[in-house]
Amino acid sequence: MNTEPNIVIEVEDLVTHYGPRKILDGVSMNVAEGEIMVIMGGSGSGKSTLLRYLMALEKQTSGTIRLLGQDIGTASQQEMFDLRKKIGVAFQGGALFSSMSVGENIMLPLYEHAKLDMLTMEIMARMKLEVVDLAGFEDLMPAELSGGMIKRAAFARAVIMDPKLLFCDEPSAGLDPVVASALDDLILKLRDALQMTVVVVTHELESVFKIADRVTVLDRGHILFIGTVEELRNSKSERIQNLLNRRPEDETIDPDEYLRRLTGEEEIGGDATL
Amino acid sequence: MSLKNAKDGILGYTENIGRQSIAGVEEIGNGGFLLLESLYWLFVGPRLKQPVRFSAVIAQMMEVGINAIPLIAMMAGTIGAMMAMQSIYMLRIFGAESQVTYGVAFSVVREFAPLITGILVAGRSGSALAARLGTMKISQEIDALKVMGINPVRFLVVPALLAMLVMVPALTIMNMLVGMLCAGLYINAELGISLAAYWDQVIDILSVGDVLHGVGKSVLFAILVALIGVINGASVTGGAEGVGRVTTRAVVQAISAIIITDMLFAFMATR
Repeated sequence: MNTEPNIVIEVEDLVTHYGPRKILDGVSMNVAEGEIMVIMGGSGSGKSTLLRYLMALEKQTSGTIRLLGQDIGTASQQEMFDLRKKIGVAFQGGALFSSMSVGENIMLPLYEHAKLDMLTMEIMARMKLEVVDLAGFEDLMPAELSGGMIKRAAFARAVIMDPKLLFCDEPSAGLDPVVASALDDLILKLRDALQMTVVVVTHELESVFKIADRVTVLDRGHILFIGTVEELRNSKSERIQNLLNRRPEDETIDPDEYLRRLTGEEEIGGDATL
Repeated sequence: MSLKNAKDGILGYTENIGRQSIAGVEEIGNGGFLLLESLYWLFVGPRLKQPVRFSAVIAQMMEVGINAIPLIAMMAGTIGAMMAMQSIYMLRIFGAESQVTYGVAFSVVREFAPLITGILVAGRSGSALAARLGTMKISQEIDALKVMGINPVRFLVVPALLAMLVMVPALTIMNMLVGMLCAGLYINAELGISLAAYWDQVIDILSVGDVLHGVGKSVLFAILVALIGVINGASVTGGAEGVGRVTTRAVVQAISAIIITDMLFAFMATR
């Protein structure tokens, strides 16, 4: 019997740039079907950038990203269109369309892709709103919802097409601990109920320990660690322990470099002056 | 002052001019590409089972056109009456007040109706379009559309462009009629020429070509306002302040483009 996990997300040697600056350098990872992979790291480590590339919102400099077996770097427009129907995304701020009601927001992917009659779409939207505990809120506008409710509505929209992959960007950012914990429970519930593979970007340690099957730690564009939560806790890496214990890293400051940064000069001294 | 700084100043200034020129050419190219992409989704979208949403076009038409009627009617009436006043004042020098209809009819139909409508739509709807798209970009709503497999050009740009293409010429025709009516009312009060005689004279003076001249310009203005609004909205960076910046830029660019296009159109159409 084949016990090899079915890999649904494969990243090989991913290199990305923002202008001349290298953001991700040789990132390789994979995610198995049904797994919750948490990507964590400090600010500026490249975790949100990695997520944007996984969501095929940017074109990489080099390397390969395969989602559900499809290389997104070489996929045709039609192949990407078909692939996107199998992907759900819950954005950090919800990204609900402010001109549409909650119900219309949730029904939008169905309206665009499923071509069902309005009653069926309304029923499906209500079912997903039930799952995220927002039943009865379908007629409200996004501006009338709290931060936690917006995120839950965003989850409902992300899963309306029953996607195979769910990407979540900082789901608990800016929320109080109780609401954040409820969102973690929601991610676990959605994974179990809908059999999805979930990739979550977060820097909330409590969330990591609660929901992750495996964790990827990014540091300055490189992968520092990939493993289970237990392996993460027991890691001997100083940087990982600093991250887990919220200790700032010692940074040696070069006085000349510091002065150059302050003055904006390329070189100190030696200027021809009148 | 250091020599290096002086050199930097001249070089920096020249470099800045070069950069701005390249950015300008790039924006014109983006505008052309956006127009082609819009046409692609308009005509090819239905075959790909991704048609432009008719309800979105209607909503945009309401916003761009119907809601603008009071403002444009008021401006049209004011400018029509003002044209009549100025024309009578000028013609009185030659004792030719009775010829006032010539000046009013040509100016309103060929020039002022499309120009004023274009400028008002740029200030009202072009800015709103840039602000809307800019806000959607910074709140990741554009990204949300992309990951849902919904092309933002098809979903957001084509309805706005279609609405402008229908409503700006319609508003221009309304502007012509209201402007001419108000001018006629003033001429009636000032010179005692009856409205019926005035309209007869207007119909005699104007040809279909004159009306098409005005309406044709308004079609170009509609395209300019929509594309400039979209390009600025899509280029937003830096949060709420950035949205304010691109909104102002969209209005200034659209009005400038309208005036320059108007001059070029007038030059070519009168050769």
